[in-house]
Amino acid sequence: MGRWKSGPDARGRFGPFGGRYAPETLMAPLAELAAAYDRARRDRGFRGRLAGLLASWAGRPTPLTCAERLTAELGGARIYLKREDLLHTGAHKLNNALGQALLAAEMGKRRLIAETGAGQHGVATATAAARLGLDCVVYMGEEDMRRQRLNVDRMRLLGAEVVAVAAGSRTLKDAINEAMRDWVTNVATTHYVLGSVLGPDPFPRMVRDFQSVIGDEARRQLRRETGRDLPDLVVACVGGGSNALGIFAPFLGSPSVRLIGVEAGGRGEGAGEHAARFGPGRVGVLHGTRTLLLQDEAGQVLPTHSVSAGLDYPAVGPEHAELARLGRVEYTRASDGEAVAAFRLLARTEGILPALETAHALAEVARRAPRLARRHLILVNLSGRGDKDLESVLAHEAGEPVAGGGA
Amino acid sequence: MSALADLFARCRAEERAAFVPFLVAGDPDLDATERLLLALARAGADAIEIGVPFSDPIADGPVIQAASERALAGGVTLARILARVAHLRGRLGVPLVLFSYANPILALGAERFAEQAAASGIDAVLVVDLPPEEAAEELGPRLAERGVDRIFLLAPTSGRERIDRVAKAGSGFVYFVSRAGVTGEREALAAELPRQLAAVRRRVGLPVVVGFGISTPEQVAAAAGLADGVVVGSALVRLAHDCRDEPDPVALVEERARQLAAATRREKARGPLLGRWRRGRSGARSG
Repeated sequence: MGRWKSGPDARGRFGPFGGRYAPETLMAPLAELAAAYDRARRDRGFRGRLAGLLASWAGRPTPLTCAERLTAELGGARIYLKREDLLHTGAHKLNNALGQALLAAEMGKRRLIAETGAGQHGVATATAAARLGLDCVVYMGEEDMRRQRLNVDRMRLLGAEVVAVAAGSRTLKDAINEAMRDWVTNVATTHYVLGSVLGPDPFPRMVRDFQSVIGDEARRQLRRETGRDLPDLVVACVGGGSNALGIFAPFLGSPSVRLIGVEAGGRGEGAGEHAARFGPGRVGVLHGTRTLLLQDEAGQVLPTHSVSAGLDYPAVGPEHAELARLGRVEYTRASDGEAVAAFRLLARTEGILPALETAHALAEVARRAPRLARRHLILVNLSGRGDKDLESVLAHEAGEPVAGGGA
Repeated sequence: MSALADLFARCRAEERAAFVPFLVAGDPDLDATERLLLALARAGADAIEIGVPFSDPIADGPVIQAASERALAGGVTLARILARVAHLRGRLGVPLVLFSYANPILALGAERFAEQAAASGIDAVLVVDLPPEEAAEELGPRLAERGVDRIFLLAPTSGRERIDRVAKAGSGFVYFVSRAGVTGEREALAAELPRQLAAVRRRVGLPVVVGFGISTPEQVAAAAGLADGVVVGSALVRLAHDCRDEPDPVALVEERARQLAAATRREKARGPLLGRWRRGRSGARSG
């Protein structure tokens, strides 16, 4: 196992992954963004303003919950939940959206754009924009808008304009395409709040850093709660991978901690049936970064499926691709059915409805916990709340087809 | 001397800009593409850009997105495009520039792609999401080894440092994106274009070709006064699609291409480039 250094290198590379595969129009703005971010992250004033808003407005720190009844039910390792579902707007997405919105305001950009699938990142960005008095446009696939009516209304109520994307599969991937086209056109006035650890440098490292507040808090809380410095296992779901990197980040340098990322196994092995990039994915370039990508022989991007919109994306963040190559993080998958079962399990044992994305991580916990002794500690990133997913869960259990989507 | 260097020298001698039409290969199939390529060559194209369709074309507007979807629905791949170009090359007397996104090329493999592109008679390659820093490692040197020109983009956002980087890494010509944005027809050229092109020309020894948003003969004429070459893409792609049910769609595209090609001739009378430029802009507005 390679010793992990907090990357990327000066070219935005995590080993062979990452980089800046962007149209020329964006190259200078990306360099400008990287410079502004590098200044901001060293600036006590910026860090203080962000920490202040996270505490007084967004509700940080989020609690760490000892899942006693879930632990008893599974009969093995003790399970702790990091409660990002209790963050304002109901998911970890706000950590990043607020950080980027604050940075945009400092750069003098008064217009934010974002992509969203199921709507969580769109809502988080619209919320941050409202708080900071910035304009906000959210791109969302037509198909996702139809299925996530309530989140569309939420974003509009927050003052954002929601633009329907009618191209391609009309879901997350196409919303990112359209947001990038907007950014290329309006880059002088606009900041693109990318929602995950994807895209050209500096996005993957910037989003990771804004999300690493999750892991930093959890590590402190776990020590206080258990007297143990480190958990044995940290588990998180991986779509683009921002909640996973957020909770993994402070543990990457501690080889005794096993880190597990869980992808969407969907409903089968065939192309278009899942969103599991590790395994069938090959190295490719999509949305500005070089990473593992579900693609056909000719290099065209393949459709994906997951019951959970937020995991339904054909590429994975480049840092995850490198962590897999180094063997530092194990990547596994949970099927639609396993995720829905885990959703019910947590609701019944802990009184918490997890997001369907998060339920994939819980499905892996349900597999592993019984095989471990009680002295072992499992830390799970409970990345979001599941109210938004009730319809999908009920439809899945009724045997109705559930189309894909994205966070 | 490369085919492109030859071409720009000839255009300079003839006091005109090069006319460089663009089409999406395989829209709706490769037979149609073959007929259109031959028609564009007959119409006076000085070089032709052949677009490789990609599932996620983030630098393209709606017209080229739709064309790419049609082409992919027909099962076109980069390998099949190169094979068709090889078959056609002898009958097309103009330089060919392949315009692609990075992923189809990387899927084929940089080495294999460079070999097949050179063998097919491709003169130059432009990869829209492969800026010089990312091309330097794999694709750039492999194309250079085989004498295939590397075309890079410059944009209104490119400062001096990036202009110099592209000037150093590129060969054949530099492609200037006329405005920040995606491909597609626009009412008028950007007001800042003359100043921006002048700034690029001061620092770049290569010919400068301008594209993105140029669609009418008036706009071509205006751009021809400012650059060594003019690309027209979406307007022709749209025309070919819109008139697909006419008795002779290829003839209609050829006729339009002829008008566009004729507009590249620069007037002798001086006061020169800017007067012409202004007329092009007002013409575009009234049109």
